[in-house]
Amino acid sequence: MNVPVMADSETVPAQSPAAGPQGPAAIAVAHLIKLYKTTRAVDDISFRIACGSVTGLLGGNGAGKTTTIAMIMGLVLPTSGRVQVLGHAMPEQSAEVLGRMNFESPYVDMPMRLTVRQNLTIFGRLYAVENLAERIEQLASDLDLKDFLDRANGKLSAGQKTRVALAKALINQPELLLLDEPTASLDPDTADWVRQHLQNYRRTHDATILLASHNMLEVERLCDRVIIMKRGRIEDDDSPDQIMARYNRTTLEDVFLDVARGRVAETAP
Amino acid sequence: MSAAATHHGISAHRIQAMVLRYWYLLMSSWPRLLELIYWPALQIITWGFLQNYIAQHDNFFARAGGTLIGAVILWDILFRGQLGFSISFLEEMWARNLGNLMMSPLKPIEFLISLMIMSLIRLAIGVIPMTLLALFFFDFNFFAIGLPLIAFFCNLIFTSWSIGIFVSGLVLRNGLGAESIVWTMMFGLMPLACVYYPVAVLPAWLQWIAWMLPPTYVFEGMRALLIDHVFRADLMVWSLAINAVVFAASFAIFLALLRSAKHHGSLLGGGE
Repeated sequence: MNVPVMADSETVPAQSPAAGPQGPAAIAVAHLIKLYKTTRAVDDISFRIACGSVTGLLGGNGAGKTTTIAMIMGLVLPTSGRVQVLGHAMPEQSAEVLGRMNFESPYVDMPMRLTVRQNLTIFGRLYAVENLAERIEQLASDLDLKDFLDRANGKLSAGQKTRVALAKALINQPELLLLDEPTASLDPDTADWVRQHLQNYRRTHDATILLASHNMLEVERLCDRVIIMKRGRIEDDDSPDQIMARYNRTTLEDVFLDVARGRVAETAP
Repeated sequence: MSAAATHHGISAHRIQAMVLRYWYLLMSSWPRLLELIYWPALQIITWGFLQNYIAQHDNFFARAGGTLIGAVILWDILFRGQLGFSISFLEEMWARNLGNLMMSPLKPIEFLISLMIMSLIRLAIGVIPMTLLALFFFDFNFFAIGLPLIAFFCNLIFTSWSIGIFVSGLVLRNGLGAESIVWTMMFGLMPLACVYYPVAVLPAWLQWIAWMLPPTYVFEGMRALLIDHVFRADLMVWSLAINAVVFAASFAIFLALLRSAKHHGSLLGGGE
């Protein structure tokens, strides 16, 4: 028997997923399904994410995390179901919200031949950032980019590229930040540094963050709430502490293994 | 944050940003710049000498001086115009940057307009030296065509953009596995557009197809001007009318392919 999906997703109203009992949601997903031919990549999921929260999407490869985030961003169209972002239906009203959100993903790169400053200038202009030169200097200072601001993106190390991608994701000071594996392939020091910066950003901007990750420590440290996905469905949805308590585990990694191997809360040791 | 204030309509700022992106790229890579000039220069030199040789042995070509060189330059406007559009698009695929752009406030129409502007810039870099070579080596002043040149140019560039939009949509939907279409599509039109010979040499049934293509009217118009010294405005009007239909159709197809790419999740990968 699977652990029941938690209250947040059950309270998704049928007609207006953005309006819930906890007030306006940054993201509201209702009965979302994505079929690729015969594969159900996402299988009837519903959840609301409160403004100002940090939520982690956990799951193994093929769990549907990336597809879910891509549907929230409007990069992938759902087979059925509804997505609302910052109160607007996606993708129909994407023009209303794309300037207020941003994302970072290992599935995209910044142009390699352009310098960091040129890349940030272009994305700053696309997002109509005011006082762009100042904003770039501020990001360079915050994310420690100053030494290579005028170096081509392709000549940076993996850690430096990740910081540049994060600078691009923060260029417009988004209200909603979607992160897909934000610290993948980073050394522990750089990964810790990125997490610290995300925490600061959330605190100073009251931003909403949704991140997909395989890194359980990262999720424990950053997230108020965790949604665990498996084979396109939501297996569990609660705070990290509640989920660990329910599985009688001390780390999310152990919970993740329980879920991946089919052990459910009631039967986990 | 000011982004929310600019989401309605077409934004000149976002178009400028994209043109700047391609300009930075062009200026950062001398092989890219050289490539723009190299092939047109090679074309004009080869065909120019061929025309000189034929003119020495054939009275008709001696009389109709410049038709071959003129055709080469106009063909290059058509071909390089499409390549200029499509290569800028491919740069986004090669750089895996399309997801960043699609997630930004940039609208498809703004993206396409920026590609059209880059097509003009890349065309200017390649074709202007080509016309100068034609003038100095073969005594053919392309700009002496005068005002009709504007009609020729506009019709050819519209066709090149239509093809560019269509093939970009195909690559968007099918990934870089469809990249070869970008390089070869225009050559499929070449025999039917009658670049180097009049439509009359085609079989009657093929002439019907040839007259459905906007560039056919331009090349016929060029020959009428250079051989008979007559500007055929009627041909230009027909070309423009067909171009309008083709352009609208290619834009609609691009949007449909973009939607299909979103259905199939192609924008996340962009590979083969």
